[in-house]
Amino acid sequence: MAELFHFLKPKNKLEEGGRAAAVQQDDGEPEKVCPNCRKHIPMSQLWADKLVCDCGYHFRMKARQRIRLIADRDSFRELYAGLETEDPLRFPGYREKLETAGHASGESEGVVCGTAQIRKQAVCIFAMEPQFMMGSMGSVVGEKITALFEYAARERLPVVGFLVSGGARMQEGLVSLMQMAKTSAAVKRHSDAGLLYIAVLTDPTTGGVTASFGMEADIIAAEPGATVGFAGARVIEQTTRKALPKGFQTAEFTLRHGFIDCIIPRKRQRGALAALLAMHCR
Amino acid sequence: MSRSGRADAGKTGGEGETGIMNAYEKVMTARDGGRPTGSDYIKNIFTGFAEMHGDRRFGDDPAVIGGIAYLGERPVTVIAVEKGHSAKERAYRNFGAPSPEGYRKALRLMKQAEKFGRPVICFVDTSGAFCGSEAEERGQGQAIAENLMELSTLCVPVISVVIGEGGSGGALALCVADRVWMLENAVYSVISPEGCASILWHEPGRAAAAAENLCLTAQDAQTLGVIEEIVSEEDLGEPAFYERLRERLEETAEELSADPELLAARYERFRKIGRL
Repeated sequence: MAELFHFLKPKNKLEEGGRAAAVQQDDGEPEKVCPNCRKHIPMSQLWADKLVCDCGYHFRMKARQRIRLIADRDSFRELYAGLETEDPLRFPGYREKLETAGHASGESEGVVCGTAQIRKQAVCIFAMEPQFMMGSMGSVVGEKITALFEYAARERLPVVGFLVSGGARMQEGLVSLMQMAKTSAAVKRHSDAGLLYIAVLTDPTTGGVTASFGMEADIIAAEPGATVGFAGARVIEQTTRKALPKGFQTAEFTLRHGFIDCIIPRKRQRGALAALLAMHCR
Repeated sequence: MSRSGRADAGKTGGEGETGIMNAYEKVMTARDGGRPTGSDYIKNIFTGFAEMHGDRRFGDDPAVIGGIAYLGERPVTVIAVEKGHSAKERAYRNFGAPSPEGYRKALRLMKQAEKFGRPVICFVDTSGAFCGSEAEERGQGQAIAENLMELSTLCVPVISVVIGEGGSGGALALCVADRVWMLENAVYSVISPEGCASILWHEPGRAAAAAENLCLTAQDAQTLGVIEEIVSEEDLGEPAFYERLRERLEETAEELSADPELLAARYERFRKIGRL
């Protein structure tokens, strides 16, 4: 499970935002272009392959797709779905941005939480939503994650999380920054209760989310090729005016430097998580 | 950018005789090289300071100073981010941008404080955690995350004072405390106003507008429930200034040391921010 999964990262990843090229209509069959190998992949095949290209490139995945992929069929029960975003600073343009993000993602906020079973093992599960302001953490994300860890501690359940985040949500200013401390305290209580937390870092996991519940799990896994880091690569380059090493801030780079436990390709995640959960069964 | 129509944000105006300062003027004041730095506070508030170096992992970060000292009669652990005064010292201190080793040194000394039952006092003044490839390679995110987690259950009183810049996660890693205070013209923010303007509007020049909108002044932070007290700067750097701060720290350390619900209160202090 821990083996490396090698492939080339597209050089112009930043320009592309790491996203797949737009869906194209070609003779009726929608397809996507792999940003890594440039292959045109019919959507039906891509779905069958769990949004992974033959070359190993992992396309981004929506929160509910993740949960469907990992949880036993019909086992997911959502929690805290009704939490609504406040605009604590009355930040100009934030309400409009939230509305756009809601339409783009079909979600009301940047994380989906609930309970589920993974091969008949009960868990609390959360999956962050890349299409909702890149899973940035504002008060709702912070509150849902915190409440989920508190729930898991009460019910004595492990937590499995799929992370994707640009970091703290600046439109919520200090309120967003404080969510890092709030979530961390809840993770600590859950951990001190002797319970398991497995984090799967997906592309990209950065900023304040890396620096809080991203790096606080008992077991930290990542998807192949995912960007994992704290400061943004572009900001580092501009600040230090030095070229960055090859493969900087990839999951593989982070594994090599000792900050994650393993890299698990998407197709093996359900099995791997079930096996790890079973090892912690008492 | 007008602040009118914002019901729940605090006023930006300085309380001193200097009149009303806008948020960006406060950012500039907080960054001013002439302000007292962390080591000035250590020198003037505590006695018998014994500096302790190193994180016992990789190195010693000059951007973070830590050690043991007396606050009045009471031994305490003191941690300070140090920006330095002279150009040479500022470079040596990496302009007060801590590396992972700095956060790990701080945590090591805090755990030691817990072992010996000493309160922890932090002075925070950083534009943010060091943004460099070496810091990433050595786990800047992990170092901050570990501090947030461990500080949430550290069994001794923790008081943090933001004396200049409180830059994002790099500041928060030393501010998971029972009491957080800010100097009157200090700022505390999730992102620099320049960074915010450049990301949101692709115009770093609109930093002043971003500063207003980010609610990063001490007055805003108090309104948002992020800090408890604002420290007046009317005699900043004068003996009376340090004397007042020392007295307030002593009283508060005393009060917190007697609190049997310290950790529950600390949890709730952060739990309530953005509770929905």
